[in-house]
This record gives sequence, C-alpha cells and structure tokens, in this order.
Amino acid sequence: MNLRMAAAALAFALLPPPPAEAAAEVQAIETPGGIEVWLVEAPEIPMVALELRFGGGASREPAELAGVTRMMAGLLDDGAGDLDAAAFEAAADGLALRFGASAGRDAVSVSARMLTETLDESVELLRLALTEPRFDADAVERARARQISSIRSAGTDPSALASRAWRAALFPEDPYGRPLSGDEATVARIDRAALVAARERALDRGDLAVGIVGDVTPDEAAALIDRLLADLPETRRDPLGPAEFAETRELEIVELDAPQAVARLVQPGIGRDDPDFFAAVVMEHVLGGGGFASRLTQEVRVERGLTYSVSSFLARWDRAAVLGAQVASDNARVAEAIAVIREEWARMRGTGVSEEELDDAKRYLTGAWPLAFDSNAKIASALAGFMSEGLPPDYLVTRNDLVEAVTLEDVNRVAARLLTPERLQVVVVGQPEGLERTDGGAD
Amino acid sequence: MRRLLALAATMVALAVGPAAAEWPVTTFTLDNGLEGVVIEDRRAPVATHMVFYRVGGADEPAGRSGLAHWLEHLMFKDADTAVEGGFSALVAANGGQDNAFTSPDVTAYFQRIASDRLGFVMGLEASRMRDLEVGEAEALTERDVILEERAQRVENDPSGRFGEQRSAAMYLNHPYGQPLIGWRHEIAKLQLADALAFHARHYGPDNAVLVVAGDVDPETVERLALEHYGDIPSIGAVPRERVSEPPHAAPRRVLYEDARVRQPYVMREFLAPTRRTDPERAAALEMLAAVLGDGLNARLQQALTVERELAVATGAWFAGSARDYGEFAVYAAPQPGVSLDEIEAAMDGVLETFLASDGPSAEEMERVKTRWRASWIYSQDSQSTLARRYGHGLAIGMSIEEIEAWPETLQAVTAEDVMDAARAVLRPEASVTGRLQAPEGVEG
Repeated sequence: MNLRMAAAALAFALLPPPPAEAAAEVQAIETPGGIEVWLVEAPEIPMVALELRFGGGASREPAELAGVTRMMAGLLDDGAGDLDAAAFEAAADGLALRFGASAGRDAVSVSARMLTETLDESVELLRLALTEPRFDADAVERARARQISSIRSAGTDPSALASRAWRAALFPEDPYGRPLSGDEATVARIDRAALVAARERALDRGDLAVGIVGDVTPDEAAALIDRLLADLPETRRDPLGPAEFAETRELEIVELDAPQAVARLVQPGIGRDDPDFFAAVVMEHVLGGGGFASRLTQEVRVERGLTYSVSSFLARWDRAAVLGAQVASDNARVAEAIAVIREEWARMRGTGVSEEELDDAKRYLTGAWPLAFDSNAKIASALAGFMSEGLPPDYLVTRNDLVEAVTLEDVNRVAARLLTPERLQVVVVGQPEGLERTDGGAD
Repeated sequence: MRRLLALAATMVALAVGPAAAEWPVTTFTLDNGLEGVVIEDRRAPVATHMVFYRVGGADEPAGRSGLAHWLEHLMFKDADTAVEGGFSALVAANGGQDNAFTSPDVTAYFQRIASDRLGFVMGLEASRMRDLEVGEAEALTERDVILEERAQRVENDPSGRFGEQRSAAMYLNHPYGQPLIGWRHEIAKLQLADALAFHARHYGPDNAVLVVAGDVDPETVERLALEHYGDIPSIGAVPRERVSEPPHAAPRRVLYEDARVRQPYVMREFLAPTRRTDPERAAALEMLAAVLGDGLNARLQQALTVERELAVATGAWFAGSARDYGEFAVYAAPQPGVSLDEIEAAMDGVLETFLASDGPSAEEMERVKTRWRASWIYSQDSQSTLARRYGHGLAIGMSIEEIEAWPETLQAVTAEDVMDAARAVLRPEASVTGRLQAPEGVEG
C-alpha cells in the first residue's frame, strides 16, 4: 500500500497547477484630492483594512539620531490633538479602531483595521494621530525606556546580534548598516524636536502608497483617504542612490556564551528590476527557500541532523538586495553546517537545477501565491507594497505568469552569475569550534 | 450525518455592536468516529485542512518527555511519502504549505492549499493516520534535530529556560509541569519503538478531529473525507485520564539567573480553571486580565508606568484554553535603577488595592468588553484562527455549542464575577513567583 500511495501522490503532483488568480479584484482609483489608491471591495466582513506606506524610512534619519524614526512611529498612537495617551487609547477602544505604525529602512508603514459602523470616527482619530501627534514628555520617556530595554536585550540575543553584525559588515558606509533601533547613545539624544522632524520627514505624500480592502465602495474609499491625508504635505524627495557594499567579505565571530551558535552567510542579491529577478527567485527557492523540500534543509537538517532550522533568503530594500542563508547549530557542529551551505552554494552555481526541481519550484511558488492573500489585512498590506515598488495594480494576478515564464536556462544563468560561494560574508554568534577567520578576498 | 449549526454570526450577535462575518459552520461524523467540521469562508479559492489528534505532551508515558513532539516530526518521514523532501515536498509541489504543532493537549497537522486540491492533501494525511513507517537511522537523525530545536528555543534563550523552570514549579503532580519539547536527557533516550507505539495507540479516526475551512462546500468535504479517511479502522480510543493537582499549600519562588539577561523581570502565575472546566470563571478571568493589564488604561500600566515611572513593561494575561488547568499571570519589567524588589512590591500593591476594592468600574467593564469584541470580529479575517478555534476546542473535549457560547459568556460577565474570580484565583499559595535576572556583578 505504501508504494501505491506514493505513486498516486506523485502522479497527482505532476498535474498542472490550478489557476492562481486570487478572488481579489483590484481597482485603481484616484481620489478627488489626487491620491492614488488601490482598493479591493470585500463586503463579507463589516470591517476595513487600510495600509499606508510612506517612503521616508529610517535611512533618511541623521546618524547621530539613529532610532528616531522607529520611536516616532511607535508614538503616533500615544496621544494626538486634545487627547493624551490614555484618552487616545480609550477613544480608539471605544471605536474598536486598531492601528499601528512601524518604521522600516525605506518606509514608515501605518496599518489600520476599522469597523464599518465606526469608519468615519475611526478615520478622524487616525487623521489626528498622523497629523497632530503630541509627543508628550511622559509618553516619550516611556518609549525611550522601552527602546533602550530592547537594545540592551538585543545585545545578548544571538539572532539579533547576527543580523546586526552582517548588516554592519555588508554596508559599512550606508544607513542600511545601522540598527533600526539605534544605540543607547543615539536614543538618549532624541528629544521632542527630533521626533517632530522625523514625523515631518516620514509622513509626507511625496512617496506614498495606499492599499484598502474591505466593506467600502470606491467613492467611500476615495472620500475617506482624502479626509485622512489632505493635511499632509507633498514634497518631492531626492533619491538616496544605491547602497554601496563592502569591498571585503570575511568570517566574523561574535563571542557569546551560549550552547548553540547562530550563523548568517550573506552576499549581494538581485533587484526587482533585474530581468533575471524571477529566475533568481526560483533558484533561491530550490536552494533554501522551500521549507523541507529545499537543498539546504535536505543536506543540513534531514541528512545530517545538524540543525532544526536552515534556510536561505532574498531580501530587497529600495537601494540594495541581499542573498543569504541562516542556520543555528551546536557550537561543535556549526562549522560543518557552514561548510555544507558553502558546498550547496557552489553546487548550485556549478550545475544549477534540474528540470524536475524547476517544475516543483514553479508549482510551489505559483500555488503559494494566493495563500498569502487570505485576509483583508494581508491584501491591503500587499497592495501598498506593490504600488510602492512601481508594479501594476493587477500584479496580484499577473505575477504568476512571470514565474511560469522562467526557463531552466534562466535559472542556471542567474545561478552562475549571482552566487559567490568563495566570497560570502559569514557571521557566527556563539563559541564556534573549528572555525578559522578566513579573508574572503577583495573585489 | 450533518446538521446545520447556528451561523458563526450568532457568535458575535452581542448585546451591542455590529454583526460579524457569516461563515457557516457545519459538522459531520464518519462511522469510524472521525469528527468533521466545515467552515465556509469563500473569499479566496484556498482551503485550510487540519487534523487534530486528542493527544499531546501531557499524555506521554513517564520518562518519555518529548515523545509526542518527536512523533509529530516523524510523521513527515512516513515511508508512504518517501520522496526527496517527504510529505512536505509533495504538498509544496502542489502549491501548498504545511506544518504541524504539538501542545500539551493536542497534536495537529495542517495544510493550506488551493481548494480544488483538498482531496490530495486528505489522501496524504489519511495515509499517515493509517500507519507510520520510519527507518531507524532517519528517526535518530531527527532526534538530533529535536535536540537542536531544544537548544534554539530553550537553552539559547534565558526566557525559555526561565519558563521551563516556572512550569515545573507550578505543577506538583500534573504533567503540564514537564516541557513539551522534553527534557534533554529524556529526548536523548527516546526510541523509535516508543514513537510507533504512541502512534498506534493514539492516532486513529476515533481520536481525531478534521477541520476544513475555506472555499469549500460541506457536501464535498464530507464525501472526500469518507473517500480518504472512511476506511481507516477505529483504534478504540478511550477518554483521557490524567492525574490532577492536590491543593496547593505553599507559595513558590523561582530565581533564574543568566549572564545574558539585560532586561530583568518578575512574573507571578496563579493556577486557574479553564474554558472547558469552568467557562464562567474563565470568562471572568479573561476580563480580569484586561482590567489589570491590557493597555495604558489598565490598572498595572496606570500605577507602574503612568503614575510612577517604575516599569518598562507590565501587564497581565490569562491562558485558559488548555484542557485541565489554566494560568493567570501578572508581570513587570523594571526601568534601570529600579530593583525587582521595588517593582514586585508595586505590583503587589496594585493587586492588594484591587482585591480590597469594590471591583472594576462600569467604565472599565465597558472598556474591556469593547476591546475584546473588536478582537473577536477581526479574528474572523483569519481562516486559520477560526479553524484552530474549532479544532482545538473539540479535541480537548468541548462541544461545538460550548465553543460558540464563549463570546456570550464573556459579554455576560459582571463586575461582581470579576471580583469573585480575583478572590478565588489570586491566592499566594497557588502561585509561582519567578524572577529572571543577571547574576550579581554582571551588567544588567
């Protein structure tokens, strides 16, 4: 019965994937106030999910005030207009308005969920938060204490240390190399004026993307977006230009007394505008992106039991892209795990992927795409992301065609061009055994 | 047999406020005992397929901690799906995602996939319900993986270790006191035969709950379930018998020191009833947690962060979804320069003041109920949250009616109920107070 079952399952696996169109139908509208909004009408639940992405992220903050954008974003719901923090929270509770703002390197994102029945009042409260946040002294001190506490805790957290180390190593001269939270000294320097400036820098319609999903018509959506954002300025920002990578890449060990070592291996990645972008997505999926089926999981976890989790990643920001892998393994065995990852990097560059791996990867990537959009909040967030990347409104539907169009030749070409197993920046946090600092060489 | 249950909408047909989504919920039971629940959320052409087994970490034989969780891992290595990458690779190659989780009470396996492939994942899941075949070498390699998982989740994280020590101190007799992932020395000795015996004893249709949520119709789901699961024989599952706690007579204190701690905190947990064992009391505890510690207007935040700047973070929580015992907790993390003694005394002060008072004001009750109602409505936006709510509830022995009564039970809670619950549960002798800190001399 076992073999029969496996055979049946495999036969099924070879069927073409189902059409991956999401039920979502995206409408691109321009509000009377001139704001572009992407909308999906979803009347099934009496709620509206809204995502705003303002292109003024932490990369634009002064180095000596690193962390100010993050602190500012966290303070937007801590009092606005006539309402202090407690009164604001009580008002939001009364309306069932849920919102939060978060700072990224390139953007500040605001996510809100509102009930249809209190939509107007919720929008008004949100408008107040975006345009008239108070930054009261007591709220600022609470936020500062939280941020410093989290910076200190990150100082002994292996994953946080590893992330911080590879960013600093890869981008020594660029804001991308700085931690989003700043450090204790820069956070201590943040005052009200710095927060006000950070808000003005970030919350600007000059580079804004808006996604809205829920129980709302296009006219209602346009009117509410205009009410919400009319008071914000619209300034043209000068582009920052591409981030520069470090010339040398090598092994760095961050000493930490912990039983398990955490490692990251990184190198430059590939941008969304590169013609081989989707070929790289498929390649990275086969390498280490596909959960249990990936080569890294097979070789490092399943075959050797060296880790609980190993994976690769393609990270993209506005001004740089990174390809990397992460693994956590016993101090005594992490060297072997890293060696295996390097070997897989080299094998992929040398021989690429098989036809079968290509087909499996495409089926996964196209099938998983609609799974990522099964809630209003997720769709709203995705729409704002697409818009900010300059993608078309129907990207939700057309993206799978771009994956399907990838050929074996494309994948193998991009693998040979992109992967640099001998020039990986490797960061290990812990007390790894048998690892020697080896210079990865210069460009 | 299927009966149409009240629409999910009635779950949120509360005294005040809007109606929520109307995802119809239906159930069926196959002749071999498999219970099925169907939640129709047709917004996107995807389905969530989950199988919950009525077995978890608290059902392991003595000396075999971690067995339920190891078995969960081994289920992905079933010889029936012996291709490169195993079970998950087959799901992935069909555009699906899958995973599993083990709790002290349940073990659940789930896939999210295009809804027209529901039968495919049912076939895979049914195959490893029927029997499990795993090679010895593969199983032992997976044991190494679990030891790495333990290192990653527990040993590399001071908070993980701290939690493990607190739980062990909380339970004098019940297996909730042992770590779900297992003690390292016991994981290292687990044998494949143990896992296979555990599977044979607990994995069968009459000890499982099937939940399908998404773009599906109940007739099709039942037909597919019959086709794939219908001929798996029952295992003669019997209701679980677990040991219970004796009366707790002494407050316990746990001091865990670790040089990596940079933000110390104090956490006090009280043994409490659960939604299953005492829904009214559990609902009152849910409200108590919100009054004491949810948001800036809660008692702890007001006292420890607004009126006096003592805490970086403070709050309260109630964990009431387990089968046998729940926990109610309050915690506080001090600002630099504030000692754990000071912050614990301030936290005690808030509890004492509350217990000596007439209880929450009408305004507070309205605040926490509105807050809770919003969370409930927004939870309708998540297919997997709904599937878990039903699957977990049924698997720990609640009925559909009991699961669906929860919002009404919560909205019916009065201020007196909250005070009664506080007096009954916030008893020092039924508590563990834990402190996490760096050793003397280490910069904290």
